[in-house]
Amino acid sequence: MFGLNKKDGLLFLVVIAITLLAPFLLNPFPEGSGMAQFNAGYPDLLQRFAIYGIFAIGFNILFGLTGYLSFGHAAFLGVGSYAAVWMFKLFTYNVVPAIAFAVIIAAIFSVLIGYISLRRSGIYFAILTLAFAQMSFALAYSVLSNPKFNLTNGETGLQVYSNDLQMFHRTGLPDMPHIFGLSVRASYELELGGWSFTFNVGYYLCALIMLIAFYFAIRLFRSPFGMMLRAIKSNNTRMTYTGLNAKPYALAAFVISGMYAGLAGGLLAAMDPLAGAERMFWTASGEVVLMTILGGAGTLIGPVLGAGLIKYMENIVSKINDNVLHQWFAFLPDGMEDAVVALIHPFVGKGWHLTLGMIFVLVVIFLPGGLVEGGQRIARLFRGKKAREAEKSSQSNPAE
Amino acid sequence: MGILEVKNVNKRFGGLQALGDVNLSVAENSVHAIIGPNGAGKSTLLNVLIGKLIPDTGSVMFQGQSVLGRKPYEINQMGISRVFQTPEIFGDLSVLENMMIPIFARRDGVFRMHAYENSSNEREIVDQAETMLENLGLAEQRHDHSASMSRGNKRRLEIGMCLAQEPKLLLLDEPTAGMARADTNNTIDLLKQISDERDITIAIIEHDMHVVFSLAERITVLAQGSPLVEDTPENIKGHPKVREAYLGESA
Repeated sequence: MFGLNKKDGLLFLVVIAITLLAPFLLNPFPEGSGMAQFNAGYPDLLQRFAIYGIFAIGFNILFGLTGYLSFGHAAFLGVGSYAAVWMFKLFTYNVVPAIAFAVIIAAIFSVLIGYISLRRSGIYFAILTLAFAQMSFALAYSVLSNPKFNLTNGETGLQVYSNDLQMFHRTGLPDMPHIFGLSVRASYELELGGWSFTFNVGYYLCALIMLIAFYFAIRLFRSPFGMMLRAIKSNNTRMTYTGLNAKPYALAAFVISGMYAGLAGGLLAAMDPLAGAERMFWTASGEVVLMTILGGAGTLIGPVLGAGLIKYMENIVSKINDNVLHQWFAFLPDGMEDAVVALIHPFVGKGWHLTLGMIFVLVVIFLPGGLVEGGQRIARLFRGKKAREAEKSSQSNPAE
Repeated sequence: MGILEVKNVNKRFGGLQALGDVNLSVAENSVHAIIGPNGAGKSTLLNVLIGKLIPDTGSVMFQGQSVLGRKPYEINQMGISRVFQTPEIFGDLSVLENMMIPIFARRDGVFRMHAYENSSNEREIVDQAETMLENLGLAEQRHDHSASMSRGNKRRLEIGMCLAQEPKLLLLDEPTAGMARADTNNTIDLLKQISDERDITIAIIEHDMHVVFSLAERITVLAQGSPLVEDTPENIKGHPKVREAYLGESA
């Protein structure tokens, strides 16, 4: 199937199905019900799932395969966003050239940063990439934003103004990013009973690109090139004394993952034509590391799961405030209600980071392989049960 | 002219003369052992041969070409393979993948970007790797994690990986260190078989005299960074200078 082996092909089909049906699957609660706030099937969040999924898939190619921990991947995300917005400003609101340009610029950036950073490995590599990302942040935030030469528009963030050049923009085309005339904000609403599902052009664009990105990642993981990358992680000495030069392999992986990040950055700008320096801040680089480790570094689907979980918590758990909590626990006697709300309060709303941190600690300690390992253990448990039952029945047979 | 010619090599670490005027000639298709007490400079010499250390003076020629100043992977591509004291294999990869990597390296050189093919579709590589594993007696473990194998099997795999590149010269650094007697004897048999069947030169650094005298055709004795004698095993055995170097007794 698609040149993949059976297991990978099946995984890919499942991912395709989930992505295409996401507006349904992530909206399980009817509108107006108390649980509706757990619905994640609205376009803005769905787009984020897909985009950060791409970012994490790309990061995993570097970190999961070669073991090089980059702490500055947000720089490529930010560069991609700026590149895309500049395409909007100068030429056209069509997202295709903007995304292509974002990937190219991110590739150039990652060649430069990767070439220097890969002179060291381990903690030194992480620090070098972090330093480069923070330098990029400083450049974007202040240095490249002065009246004489304003490349990034500093604190305000780069955006498209009505007096921008936009050489190929015509009247009749939407005044926002579009795919050959079809606005990314265009949506189709489907009302079914109490439910309401939104199918958004922007989301399906992101989803399609994520599926392509995921497919290429599977091919890369299973290729001889991917094998060499795992060999670098496993034993660099043997790699060298097998007549292989680890450096170009690592650099190629670095550039590929930088291009994935640029693609994600370009898509972020395509969904909302705005690029700010905070996208390059080191916490953004840290976030993708969390996503990958949480989901399972070195696994195919793990990073996407990790990205989904973090973005879900950021957008859903953070919205649970005290009012909502009081509603939930209204059935309790007054004093107890207040106590329970006070107990949960630090973990939701603005405190969602606390919950995320605890989940992260638990995963790293008990499931070093991430959520994917958790899934495998559960699957093994079920299979184990079945196997035991089969064993029992076969044992009881001769006795009869 | 030997396949490997070491001439007047000197290497100092601060005040320590690790190698002093080392001259060594390894004849093609022979098994040449380098022995010596601790601190004699055996490992330093080996590190010079594989490009890990650059000597202060002198030359190292392999098949008429200098190896000095070349990167370790370039020296490997010239046809020198190295087996390490502790087996260096790709522990996270399966045994079969371990075997495929050197075959890829032989076919594709130091770097080739094929990120789209499926490695299990590279029939020719997989077949060669499986044949190699069968010859080594590791065929049954081919889907196991290589880190989970016994030390003796790791050693076999490492030697096999080196051979898969079809090197002209195989360097072994104490290949039986820390091994049980049975594993040691297996390794000796394997090396004998290799040197009989293949067009290959073997240079071996070893402590264990049993290994040295079962394999070597010529022996160089190093002491305090300089070659003491070079001769056949029969002559080395009773050589007074060798006894002196090893046992510290004056003959």
